[in-house]
Amino acid sequence: MIRDITIGQYYSGSSVIHRMDARMKIVLTLAYIVSIFICRNFISLGVMALFVAVTALFSRVPVKMLLKSLKPVLIIVLFTAVLNIFYTTGGSTLVEWRFIKITSKGVFSAIFMSIRIIALIVCSSLLTYTTTPTVLTGAIESLLSPLKIFHIKVNTFAMMLTLALRFVPTLIEEIDRIMNAQKARGADLESGGLISRAKALVPILIPLFISSFRRAYDLAFAMECRCYTGGDNRTSMKKMKLAGRDFGALIFYLIMLAGIIVVNRLFPAVI
Amino acid sequence: MDETIIEFNNVSFTYEAEENNPEKPAVKNVNLKINRGEFIAVLGHNGSGKSTLAKLTNAILVPDEGKVTVAGMDTSDESKVYDIRRKVGMVFQNPDNQIVSTIVEDDVAFGPENLGIPPEEIRRRVDEALKCVEMYDFRLYEPHRLSGGQKQRVAIAGILAMRTDCIVLDESTAMLDPRGRKEVMDTIRRLNREHGITVVFITHFMDEAVEADRVVVMNDSRIFMDGTPYEVFADIKKIKKIGLDVPQAAELANELRESGISIPENILTSEECVQAVLEVVNADNRG
Ligand SMILES: Nc1ncnc2c1ncn2[C@@H]1O[C@H](COP(=O)(O)OP(=O)(O)OP(=O)(O)O)[C@@H](O)[C@H]1O
Ligand SMILES: [Mg+2]
Repeated sequence: MIRDITIGQYYSGSSVIHRMDARMKIVLTLAYIVSIFICRNFISLGVMALFVAVTALFSRVPVKMLLKSLKPVLIIVLFTAVLNIFYTTGGSTLVEWRFIKITSKGVFSAIFMSIRIIALIVCSSLLTYTTTPTVLTGAIESLLSPLKIFHIKVNTFAMMLTLALRFVPTLIEEIDRIMNAQKARGADLESGGLISRAKALVPILIPLFISSFRRAYDLAFAMECRCYTGGDNRTSMKKMKLAGRDFGALIFYLIMLAGIIVVNRLFPAVI
Repeated sequence: MDETIIEFNNVSFTYEAEENNPEKPAVKNVNLKINRGEFIAVLGHNGSGKSTLAKLTNAILVPDEGKVTVAGMDTSDESKVYDIRRKVGMVFQNPDNQIVSTIVEDDVAFGPENLGIPPEEIRRRVDEALKCVEMYDFRLYEPHRLSGGQKQRVAIAGILAMRTDCIVLDESTAMLDPRGRKEVMDTIRRLNREHGITVVFITHFMDEAVEADRVVVMNDSRIFMDGTPYEVFADIKKIKKIGLDVPQAAELANELRESGISIPENILTSEECVQAVLEVVNADNRG
């Protein structure tokens, strides 16, 4: 049932990772994404992979859910792996057949890239599994707040994000309703080629757009009635506060990063 | 108790003309005094100006002629707009189009957050408001998992958390099933009785209007009738003439009376009607 869809992919829990300040989680996730591209050999990559595995363990998010988040990128992983196997050459030749040549370096870099992408996805899914969308938008707002000095309306942007999230289920429900209404009038939405299917979407999108404008208008009224001004003097019920565990995580991460840089220097690069 | 909270003084309002919609006042020469603690139902057929009247009460619209005052503040005074809106809150028809957040308690906090109230105080108000509408157990739910009646109660809590004195509900029960309507109605009645909140309740359902202290009937942009439910529904013909229904019980009692059965006037609810019919039957049996 549509009523059961959750917005985002939050997995409710109360682990240390869940309780961490969302801003720190975002910063560390971004840092992780950058640092995983610094890794040059299997030792540093292994440390990074271990880090994300341990974090996943701490978060108590079931492995099944993490695998689920990997499913959509499986194709990309395979594709990069195959490309790397065939196009990276160097080291000893393992297979040579007509124009195909597989070298040890190609295999290594295929494995390397796959681990890299998987670690990347697991890390960013952990962020969304352990943080509700509302908290996430709040954190984004807070992180972007320095932009205020450039007169960028950060809180308006955050409000837009919240509203977009809020209306996802409503609009899905609406699409469902319109589709049923059009089907009842004999619209054929499921057969035909790409073009005829795309054409069949028009009678769904137009009512959806019209009703969305209506909703936006109503919502604007309702927000005005509740004294929303878009101004800066809003307060927030849920204050975000950095705690000891956030600094702990940061320090741990920095130490690991330093280690990785050293390892990169000391050992030969694989790719 | 007789303190006036909202006052309309000869108010007229006309929307700007559109292509297929010639300029015609949506509200015309309205005089209305709403006292603190009153429960007022507003009736009227489609396009009679009810929503316009509602929007004039909290400075969403400002009268072209005349004056609307809320607790002594003129709604046309721009510096007072937000002070007025924290006195008069509004709940709309479609519950989906007025909830702003992905979590119930965050939505209730939206109003107080806009007012710049400190976090601890907001927390207190939100909990209190949610308990008031009996939605405290749902505070961490996502709104789309709630029923229509529950969503409307969340919307009401969002207004309560701003500590408004008056709530205007613009057909807030129109999209609900009978159960949701009853939930909302019970909540509103309780707020009115126990917390002394002034209620302006716009509705199409006569059975809801009967529960009010006072009924205002709008017709053709003007106030057509204004009085207690008994006074207003006593003249069934007058109400029917402008195309409105009357409460079923009142209609039945009227028909019985017209066919020569002696049934007292001022019957509005089905309980009263049952009671009256029983009395007649019993009297017949005895006689
Ligand atoms: N935004 C608008 N722009 C132009 N005209 C409007 C607008 N809103 C309402 N009107 C017109 O003003 C008149 C009164 O409308 P109003 O919405 O107050 O009626 P209502 O009693 O609330 O009706 P309903 O029962 O349908 O909600 C109508 O003739 C309507 O067409
Ligand atoms: Mg209306």
